[in-house]
Amino acid sequence: MGQLTSGERQLGVVVLVVLAIIGIAMAAGGRFDPIGIHGVLVLVYSLALLYVLFSQAFGPEPDASRFASYYDDPIKVGIGLTLVWAVFGMFIGVWAAAQLAWPSLNFDMAWSSFGRIRPAHTTGVIFGFGGNALIATSFHVVQRTSRARLADQFSPWFVIFGYNLFCLIAVSGYFMGVTQSKEYAEAEWYADLLLVVVWVTYFFLYVRTLARRKEPHIYVANWYFMAFIIVVAILHIINNLAVPISLTHAKSYTIWAGVQDAMVQWWYGHNAVAFFLTAGFLGMLYYYLPIRAQRPIFSYRLSILSFWGITFFYMWAGSHHLHYTAMPLWVQNLGMTFSVMLLVPSWASAGNALLTLNGAWHRVRDDATLRFIMMAAFFYGLSTFEGSFLAIRPVNSLSHYTDWTVGHVHAGALGWVAMITFGAMYTLVPSLWKRQRMYSSALVEVHFWLALIGTLIYVFAMWNSGIIQGLMWRTYSPDDTLVYSFVDTLLAMYPYYMARAFGGLLFLIGAIVAAYNVWMTVRFVPGVVDATADKPLAADAHDDATPAPAE
Amino acid sequence: MSELLHRKLERTAVGFMLAIVAAASVGGIVEIAPLFTIPETVEDAPDMRLYTPLEVAGRNIYVREGCYACHSQMIRTLRDEVERYGPYSLAVESKYDHPMLWGSKRTGPDLARIGGKYSDLWHVAHLMNPRDVVPESNMPSYRWLATNELDRSSLSQHLSALRAVGVPYTDDMIANAAADAYGQAMPDSTQSSGVTERYGDETQVSAFDGVKTGVTEMDALVAYLQIVGRLTKAAHDHTNAPQQVSNPEN
Repeated sequence: MGQLTSGERQLGVVVLVVLAIIGIAMAAGGRFDPIGIHGVLVLVYSLALLYVLFSQAFGPEPDASRFASYYDDPIKVGIGLTLVWAVFGMFIGVWAAAQLAWPSLNFDMAWSSFGRIRPAHTTGVIFGFGGNALIATSFHVVQRTSRARLADQFSPWFVIFGYNLFCLIAVSGYFMGVTQSKEYAEAEWYADLLLVVVWVTYFFLYVRTLARRKEPHIYVANWYFMAFIIVVAILHIINNLAVPISLTHAKSYTIWAGVQDAMVQWWYGHNAVAFFLTAGFLGMLYYYLPIRAQRPIFSYRLSILSFWGITFFYMWAGSHHLHYTAMPLWVQNLGMTFSVMLLVPSWASAGNALLTLNGAWHRVRDDATLRFIMMAAFFYGLSTFEGSFLAIRPVNSLSHYTDWTVGHVHAGALGWVAMITFGAMYTLVPSLWKRQRMYSSALVEVHFWLALIGTLIYVFAMWNSGIIQGLMWRTYSPDDTLVYSFVDTLLAMYPYYMARAFGGLLFLIGAIVAAYNVWMTVRFVPGVVDATADKPLAADAHDDATPAPAE
Repeated sequence: MSELLHRKLERTAVGFMLAIVAAASVGGIVEIAPLFTIPETVEDAPDMRLYTPLEVAGRNIYVREGCYACHSQMIRTLRDEVERYGPYSLAVESKYDHPMLWGSKRTGPDLARIGGKYSDLWHVAHLMNPRDVVPESNMPSYRWLATNELDRSSLSQHLSALRAVGVPYTDDMIANAAADAYGQAMPDSTQSSGVTERYGDETQVSAFDGVKTGVTEMDALVAYLQIVGRLTKAAHDHTNAPQQVSNPEN
């Protein structure tokens, strides 16, 4: 934060004081409700940031030389938070998985029961780990591909700290039982409002930075980050429209009911997968893959095809979560049709990524970081195929409500999202901190195998349990009666639940290894002498009268 | 040619974003908007009643504890599901559900027809420790529900908010929400007659948790579980499925 100008510091103080006042109001008004505890959290959070701001930022005005470099401080913080959330979210995931195998592991407490920690896991990994990774890498990518510094120095901090406050309120709320029950949108109305403010700031920061670009064309990675930012805003706002019972209560009721609520929820839910967990991370792939492989992207045309295919088709696919339900059949069929068509742009992306590696396969063999990225593209192809397959109604009749869905999600989340993130991290960290290399390439190698083996154990366990349970539910005896009671099918699940917890544990250990490796890199690896290439173009013309890029 | 067009598009950030909004809007509009306008989407059910305040509170506990993470409330139109759980679910059955709790995963069985299937006592024993009743179960215990006093003071606000999003609660129902919650769990109290007056004679008035000294969260949750799937008989009338027989083995 040392580079903040006095104007930006004052703005920061004003925002934090306003936030502290909101926290006091929430704490006072909601003192008999969980929202009061969140008020205290907001107050403490804003006071802590005020302390940081005051203790660091009474220095002199930053000099103009800052315009000769990219603004990377917020990215460094974002990467740290990414790793913290990774370890937290995955730990909760392993714990939740273990509870399904050994139910006494919740120690008979309310806050630690499965129903409460499950959203803490999903939010911790999707929004905490994934979201911070996306924000940090998008700041990195937009500056490098635009050859321009971030548009201002206040907004990126606002986005990062505001976003993490959202994550904190959401996750702490689930432990207290504050939830809307909408999957992947469980956070209550006040957290949702905060996220809207943060997201709008993020959007304008991104557009203003793009407007300063010194390259005439917007690079592919930014297309995906733009789609991620815009569409997530649309989804978030529409799915979370709700009426709180009062301003001093956490509880709200969604404006959507029944069948319409189901459609809105899964339109949101599936496109959170599409635009949060796919588009954003494809943006990551399109930048860090060519950098790491030192090869240009295989095909520009395939990039265009897959980008617009994903942006258009995905929004139709949500209703495949509702096959054979009370949702009208025409919607189910539309969802199935578009889900199958989605395979084309999805495989165009995966193929484009893997073909980019042609000529660099020896690097894949030697470099565990590039292998992370390659494996991510492979799992992306695998899970998008599986997704289209599971969206076919008769297949879905077997898979739905079973662990097959859980396995499918984790093939994507562990194999694709987490692996591309770690690949990007290992590429980004040395360059961001201007270090010669990662602290230990052996630990990257260890992490790769832990992640891969953990993912495979997890996914195979869930394929087995899901298909077995789906088949048992529909097994008939020769005299036309159901053979298995529900409990019979649950009993068959236990070995797989144990295996799944073990696979998840391996993956968690890998994330801890990564966090350690990054920490040691920042602390102990010697810096590079010459980092002159990594800076914006036309660094001397820094005022706002800079000639606009060719628009 | 189209590639040239795209080369133009990717030179303008604003244009590109508008194109994204346009491309991404179509699917949602086509699939969501007609659900509000096509009358066949939600069936008619003239006998449909509203959740009582106690049931609303119980539903909120169901949401709070994340029961939906392991239990669906949506029986699909598949033979084995209808035979295992009962008549398949109709859209009208969740027309007052804000939010819907159809669920996406069955670590435990579907609950769409759980109402009336077991006794109150069974539910209480099961929630206190599922393994006392089903030794193989991996469901958590919910002992704290039996000792947590139910907060009835805000129930009027809950009903008002539900009315604001479209559930037809009357002024009378909203004004008497706290009293009705008390009366439904206190069969011998003076307040209990008001519940059946406002919500129908078939409303179950019972000391759900078996204790008549106070209204607990256990009362509320069991009251909710006993009404799930019974707000209307439409599913039994509209579908050809056989009436469900109680079978504690399932």
